[in-house]
Amino acid sequence: MKAPVSWIRELVELPADVTTEALTDRLTALGLKLEGIQSAGADLQGPLVVGKVLTKDPEPQKNGKVINWCTVDVGDANGTGEPQGIVCGAHNFEPGDLVVVVLPGGVLPGGFEISARKTYGHVSSGMICSVSELGIGEDHDGILVLPADAGRPGDDVFSLLGLDEEIIEFEINPDRAYALSLRGVAREAALGFGVPFLDPAEREVPAVDGAAWQVDVEDTVGCPVFAARLVSGFDPARPTPEVIKQRVEQAGMRSISLAVDITNYVMLELGQPIHGYDADKVVGALGVRRARDGERVTTLDDTDRELSTEDLVITDDSGPIGLAGVMGGATTEMSEATTRILIEAAHWDATSMFRTGKRHRLSSEAGKRNERGVDPLLPGVAADRVVELLVEHGGATAEPGFTLVGTAPQRPTITIETGLPARLSGIDISAMTTVEHLRAIGATVTEHESGAVEVVPPSWRPDVNEPYDLVEEVVRIVGYDQVPSILPRRATGRGLTRTQRLRRRIGRTLAGSGLVEVVSFPFVGEASFDKLGLAADDPLRTTVGLANPLSSEEPSYTTTLLPGLLEAAGRNIGRGATGVALFETGTVAFPSDSGPAPIYGVHTRPSEAELEKLFESLPIQPQHLAVVLAGERTRPGWWGAGADAAWSDALAVVRRLAGELGVTVQVTGAARMPWHPGRCAVISIDGVEIGHAGELHPGVCTSFGLPKRSAAVEIDLDALIAASVDVTPGPVFSTMPLAKEDVALVVDAAVPAALVEAALREGAGELLESVRLFDVYVGEQIEEGRKSLAFALRFRAPDRTLTDAETGAARDAAVAAAAERTGAVQR
Amino acid sequence: MSGPNTDYDPVEVAAVSPAEVEAARDAALAAIAAATDLERLKVVRSEHTGDRSPLALANREIGALPPQARKEAGQRIGQARGAVNQAFGARQAELEVEHEARILVEEAVDVTLPTDRDPVGSRHPLTTGAELIADIFVAMGWEVAEGPVIEAEWLNFDALNLGPDHPARTMQDTFWTDPGEDHLVLRTHTSPVQARTMLSRGVTDDAPIYVVCPGRVFRTDEYDATHSPMFHQVEGLAIDKDISMAHLKGTLDHFASQMFGEGITTRFRPSYFPFTEPSAEVDLVCFVCRGVNPEACRTCRGEGWIEWGGCGIVNPRVLQACGIDSSRYSGFAFGMGIDRTLMFRHGLEDLRTLFEGDVRFTTAFGSEL
Ligand SMILES: [Zn+2]
Repeated sequence: MKAPVSWIRELVELPADVTTEALTDRLTALGLKLEGIQSAGADLQGPLVVGKVLTKDPEPQKNGKVINWCTVDVGDANGTGEPQGIVCGAHNFEPGDLVVVVLPGGVLPGGFEISARKTYGHVSSGMICSVSELGIGEDHDGILVLPADAGRPGDDVFSLLGLDEEIIEFEINPDRAYALSLRGVAREAALGFGVPFLDPAEREVPAVDGAAWQVDVEDTVGCPVFAARLVSGFDPARPTPEVIKQRVEQAGMRSISLAVDITNYVMLELGQPIHGYDADKVVGALGVRRARDGERVTTLDDTDRELSTEDLVITDDSGPIGLAGVMGGATTEMSEATTRILIEAAHWDATSMFRTGKRHRLSSEAGKRNERGVDPLLPGVAADRVVELLVEHGGATAEPGFTLVGTAPQRPTITIETGLPARLSGIDISAMTTVEHLRAIGATVTEHESGAVEVVPPSWRPDVNEPYDLVEEVVRIVGYDQVPSILPRRATGRGLTRTQRLRRRIGRTLAGSGLVEVVSFPFVGEASFDKLGLAADDPLRTTVGLANPLSSEEPSYTTTLLPGLLEAAGRNIGRGATGVALFETGTVAFPSDSGPAPIYGVHTRPSEAELEKLFESLPIQPQHLAVVLAGERTRPGWWGAGADAAWSDALAVVRRLAGELGVTVQVTGAARMPWHPGRCAVISIDGVEIGHAGELHPGVCTSFGLPKRSAAVEIDLDALIAASVDVTPGPVFSTMPLAKEDVALVVDAAVPAALVEAALREGAGELLESVRLFDVYVGEQIEEGRKSLAFALRFRAPDRTLTDAETGAARDAAVAAAAERTGAVQR
Repeated sequence: MSGPNTDYDPVEVAAVSPAEVEAARDAALAAIAAATDLERLKVVRSEHTGDRSPLALANREIGALPPQARKEAGQRIGQARGAVNQAFGARQAELEVEHEARILVEEAVDVTLPTDRDPVGSRHPLTTGAELIADIFVAMGWEVAEGPVIEAEWLNFDALNLGPDHPARTMQDTFWTDPGEDHLVLRTHTSPVQARTMLSRGVTDDAPIYVVCPGRVFRTDEYDATHSPMFHQVEGLAIDKDISMAHLKGTLDHFASQMFGEGITTRFRPSYFPFTEPSAEVDLVCFVCRGVNPEACRTCRGEGWIEWGGCGIVNPRVLQACGIDSSRYSGFAFGMGIDRTLMFRHGLEDLRTLFEGDVRFTTAFGSEL
């Protein structure tokens, strides 16, 4: 909403010394948020004066152009009183016309400084201005010719053209629809400064006699009030008076024609949308009803629209002639030949307006107001005001008769304890203050002995319906700055949950392992999965789709964190990183197939069963962790060579994390895209798969621009957290001497080391403290297809020094178990 | 050293002269003093105290002396050998110290060499920022609540007093899942977590609700320097007896000063949000210029204040939908953008740096904010 300050001042008796800044400060404190203050002539600098053209001599030039050598009377503005000589290239003016002259020293928009200069053989001392040169419109490049009575030569043009006007732009919240009018803004200003408000809606209107036009309102819910007036003898050729034109334009609307400008002017003034029909084009009575199946209407924006049976329409005998309250129709549109004007001002059901606007993707100034809620007492007043202006400026004659159908909806009576504003705000607000402020916003207040009051909110405040709404009204007038600052003292929370603490621990562990966290968008498409090399029937391709994705390439919520993470890794490599190690934790989603989510009422809490159903209808959304390790994992330097990330680094990350959480994970080989089929591990807990780790498939490295042998992990973090040990039992260990035994076992190359280790562990018995694989050998000394695994076995008894015989027996038992289970042969 | 020689012919043995013993002792002492390293000292030792050394030979001869001469000779030679051994021990210790010192000198390295062999990890400021905020509230006795990002329409809108035709619903450009009839959205705020908390816990006099809900939210905004389809919010909800805007102000003032520094407070401006009534916008005293001569301040752009978020008293309609007795309890709620908060707290120019995953950005923040 843009409001010219002079217009506000016309409606409220603001002291002259109240600056625009002071005004906006008060209005902001009351809830009208300041968007900005614009000055109409901000880019202009005088002297900018009225000039009267005395002579105009056309002088043809060699280049075929004709320029005009003019003398212009600018009064005393040039300091001499002598006529000013000016060269002008435009022709749309004549001697005797009043024009706008910028004299040397002035500045036009764009920093264009004016000085006396020699041109076309004359000294041109200034410039005769066009609308576009003044920056006050883009309509035409011709010279702005002022009305003959605009002023005298030398008069300052700033005030004349409203260029000294300051325009306040507000952001109006949905609950303050009344402030989408000068009436509303001025009312708030009066409230803010405690000065009288001159309500433009307070006017005498003629008695209702139904004679202006026949109106049949079929749908009184959609249209509770409909007012109609008629004027004739309107002169469509008359220009819009400068002040109306300026104000309409300053408020951000286009000036179109006198009749349209007047309806818009009154809408801006009062907040009531008004529609003017060419009465000669309306066939028979006006009707108001919902559209019927298959009906269409062409609106003023020349769009042919198919109507919904929920749309409210205005009809005449020909059918629908407009989308009620949103936009008029083309068939009855006022034109340059219109002399009889039928004026409609109606009150509409806001919800219906909102739906129609949304359905037809139609946003109009009228619709914006109607869908937020307009004062239902305004229609008759607004129609009368339009008639007044059409008569005054358009030479029209008001036809007798005033049609007013329906009655304004009743405002509710709200009972409020006078102590409620104080209780909810924490400010000491007396009952008297509460009553006083409620009256100040225009409410009718009836006081009761009990300390409660009955409040009927004013007609222009459809948003005020409940006690808390009244509290906001009282508190904003008292001032939000009066709210004291007190810390509540009753919070007795139990701190972070275990899961929350574990998530932090996981993040710190990963960062401690040299991984950098990233946050990516969760949007993916088929191409993302193709890049991962997933098969056409891969379950990860079954996603929760978006109805309105930002990009049609990525229409789904992701099932894997890898696309975003690998992109990020590729981006770092692309920007010159020699190695990158990233991790991300985030939600992935899998469809649940348990039907649509229910919509419940809001007047009571849904039952437990209903809530259960609601929760179940959501997609399955586990937290995942993904890791990518690409390129250098440790750097080369004076200490020697570095090391590139490998499949084993991915597993090391998983194991380190599992160790941190006290979880034992099992690792088995697997083939799963996007991993290298021979270098991918399934990670499981107690036999339940929680994810994968290993080297990425070479093709995947290539598609994401990653170095060869880059490695990655993706696991279900919720599963890992669920398996974590809550209270770690204190370890028990012996301080007796250690006995060491190293064994080298030859097994088939395909036998997993973990299997051999497990057999050793089990065979060695209780004396075994640890077993660790320290070497893998494949080569000449071993037959082909076999490998040698070297294990360090460490034995220790809890209570004594082990004898060589005991240690040897345990070692032999371990080797025997390995031999039995895995065919291992000791070297 | 060898043991006493018993295999001798006493007649052939001549008495050791005191002068010879003295000379042998002095020669030994001089040689020890002249030894400049442990190697040399070892040689000196074998020359002057070894089996063939003059003093050892002299000692061997004592047994052959007449008994009356043995005592005197034994004493003399014993004293000489004692002096030599002592000198040797002292010199040995001295040279060992020197040796060790020299090794330390020789082992000196260039300590300015780089040590950046292992990669440096870090956590994302959006994570650690959310944790910092959570910690501020946990310290006040609040709890941290969470919920799913793909949320039921009813929880994201209806339960929060945003009915199907509420104009505010168009203010939030929502991602809907396909098909729309599933009534699922990518949550547009973390408020549904508040609703979930009220629905699952309820409120009693003994168990009020004080929760913060940090999390990821979505709007259909085009991605640019100041907008993102995904961003992060922290919302707070307190429901208790006699909760007022004063408690809201107190809480946000505390939050502001913990987050931005002592003395940083907030101000309220009337506003509109469907789930609160009365509603307010929260501004923060600019923590850079503190409102003093803000004209030149880049952080607040001359305002002295920074727009921080929205808040208000929980609308009784919301309490009603969530099963809370609004005649007995009242509550306040607030919400801020974490991304935005980080942007002005750390002077970030472009929101997109948060989501690009460039490690140079993230590592700058370490693992705590
Ligand atoms: Zn500042």
